[in-house]
Amino acid sequence: MEYQSPASIDEAVAALAALEGARVMAGGTDLLVQLRSGAPRLGAIVDVKKIAEMCSIEETAEGFSVGAAVCGAQLTGHDAFSRAWPGVAEAAGLIGSTQIQGRASLGGNVCNASPAADTTPALIAARAKAEIVGPGGRRIVEVEKIATGPGKTSLGKGEMVVRFLLPARPARAADAYLRMIPRTEMDIAVAGAGVSLTLDRGGVVADARVGLGAVAPTALVLDQAADILTGTKLEDDVLARLAAAAGAAATPIDDKRGTIDYRRKVVGVLAKRAALIAYQRAGER
Amino acid sequence: MPKIHVSTTVNGDTVEFLCETQETVLDVLRNTLGLTGTKEGCGTGDCGACSVLVDGRLVCGCLMLGVEAEGKEIVTVEGIGSPDRLHPVQQKFLEDAALQCGFCTPGFIVAAKALLDSNPEPTETEIRYWLAGNLCRCTGYDKIVRAVQDAALEMKGQQA
Repeated sequence: MEYQSPASIDEAVAALAALEGARVMAGGTDLLVQLRSGAPRLGAIVDVKKIAEMCSIEETAEGFSVGAAVCGAQLTGHDAFSRAWPGVAEAAGLIGSTQIQGRASLGGNVCNASPAADTTPALIAARAKAEIVGPGGRRIVEVEKIATGPGKTSLGKGEMVVRFLLPARPARAADAYLRMIPRTEMDIAVAGAGVSLTLDRGGVVADARVGLGAVAPTALVLDQAADILTGTKLEDDVLARLAAAAGAAATPIDDKRGTIDYRRKVVGVLAKRAALIAYQRAGER
Repeated sequence: MPKIHVSTTVNGDTVEFLCETQETVLDVLRNTLGLTGTKEGCGTGDCGACSVLVDGRLVCGCLMLGVEAEGKEIVTVEGIGSPDRLHPVQQKFLEDAALQCGFCTPGFIVAAKALLDSNPEPTETEIRYWLAGNLCRCTGYDKIVRAVQDAALEMKGQQA
């Protein structure tokens, strides 16, 4: 099997086009497990970690650009990013062990397209966009448009995510991510919720966005969140409506991790609690 | 497909080897370089028995390709302490009986050393979270956590 480690995006796109069955590798924590279990149609590996812009975090006037190969430890260790996007950082920090944190990437988490990916709901709440390159050039899409089902993405042949773009933060804005696992560490979300809020000077929610994870074939945007939360101070009845909407939007599976009813209930609780954390963080800014 | 030539540093020594794409760092260490201190437990990144340091960062040797080692600095359990001069973490694992069958121990030693290098005075909670990716089926973990705490004290004393 061929291995290439191109130093530029153009070279990576060329390699993906030229090599039959080529897959992009960033941290490899999903890919090498698939390889070991005899992944079908894995013909070549294109390692993107020698491409500087895919491994770096940059702050500009437009916000943050996070390379798709940036690993969890790099993201949570970046002070400016963690201050601006505490919810995205905590979602990335929840993935796997210390060992996994040193390798597993944001791009891999999103593009592996697990319904239970922790960073995807947080990135959805953050209105993050992904810059994609491929044989047809560059395009930018919302993060929620990447996964189309478990293990399936909208990426075309030879395409890869280069970076994620997170918008600049106004004053009094913050996010939070919570997931439910039956233990304290090293498990996969039974349900997850990311919430991003912006408050006005009076502490009233001016903008809200909620992403839900592990309760549908892909992470969901909770469309009603803005209607429910905007203009409120997260009073009890508002939070109850948020929880009900989250539970109603969920179309989870029944499995060993949780039943449908349980997941519906828990995702609402998580949305409520994450909203309260985001609200408190935003109020402190 | 010919094997790929890789030049790297293992425990301070320059090392060159040939490997195939699908061979992991763990495969290369054990089968090509004869460094069998690093263990294969699960092979899927769950158990931490193959923990090594790559450019100072703790990773699973089974989740990194051998070809990715090009130009990197790798530290394995063989590079920590020596038989006549054990690292404090190794010494305290012995004194505190923090091992029984011993299969997970090299991974724990490497992971614990990495923790104490970056955080010389970890709390018990920090130790337990840091080591959550290292599985031990014998000890119940308490003795391991105590050994790491004792090693931290010892290393602090050595610095003073």
